Amino acid sequence: MIYLTRRTTFSASHYYWNPAWSEQQNAQVFGRCANRNGHGHNYTLEVTLAGEPDPVTGFVVNLTWLKDVMEREVLAAWDHRHLNLEAPEFAAAMPTTENMAIAAWKRLEPAITAAGGAQLSRVRVYETPEIFAEFRGEA
Amino acid sequence: MRAYFDRRYTISASHRLHTDALSADENRATYGKCNNPHGHGHNYVLEVLVAGAVDAETGMVVNMAALDDVVRRCVVDRFDHANLNLDPLFVNRVPTTENLCRVVFTLLKDALPAGKLERVRVEETENNFFECDSE
Repeated sequence: MIYLTRRTTFSASHYYWNPAWSEQQNAQVFGRCANRNGHGHNYTLEVTLAGEPDPVTGFVVNLTWLKDVMEREVLAAWDHRHLNLEAPEFAAAMPTTENMAIAAWKRLEPAITAAGGAQLSRVRVYETPEIFAEFRGEA
Repeated sequence: MRAYFDRRYTISASHRLHTDALSADENRATYGKCNNPHGHGHNYVLEVLVAGAVDAETGMVVNMAALDDVVRRCVVDRFDHANLNLDPLFVNRVPTTENLCRVVFTLLKDALPAGKLERVRVEETENNFFECDSE
């Protein structure tokens, strides 16, 4: 099995706020991330597909195709957006890096599965160079 | 107790993605700029992950100098500053990074002590990389 990974970057703003909690509790749990005016990050999205190289082309998948899928399914919705206000999956859920990795998987998986061949293996979202979360599709 | 040791190497090489199994138009459609007849090159970053028990006497999973020697002899000396298409291993195999990754895995697996090699990772550019954990 070969694992192929494509990396891209996007920029977005967000804040962490649980409406069921008091202002004090939000500040205590989320710290500076609870600032209601929001803040932003340069995110890195890494998408890993597992498959065998095609015997003719030598490709697991065409990287240009994967780049297009990532742009269409994820970046079109998240890049230069306010995630809490503009991304439907975060209208109710917290746009943490963990939830973003899961949401990106859900956005990507149908198009990758529909193409046949390689399977989605891992989605990794870096919030900063020091912090990332990954999702492998496990229940 | 199993521990992992990962070591990074770099090689600069040229390649052209092209297969005689496809027409000229199909090659261009499939490989785009990578089908340029004169080829192009990359600074590949190669990561070799070895695994095993930590030796009680040395405290090592693998002797790094010995690993360096194997990687240099089997991979770096062979592919660094070379045209991948001209290597016998790529005569009937398009030198995509998928295939390069598997070729490197096989070369190293055969040269390292049995069971040591866990994974080979090859970064073609900062935006894409490939991993191989089996032949």
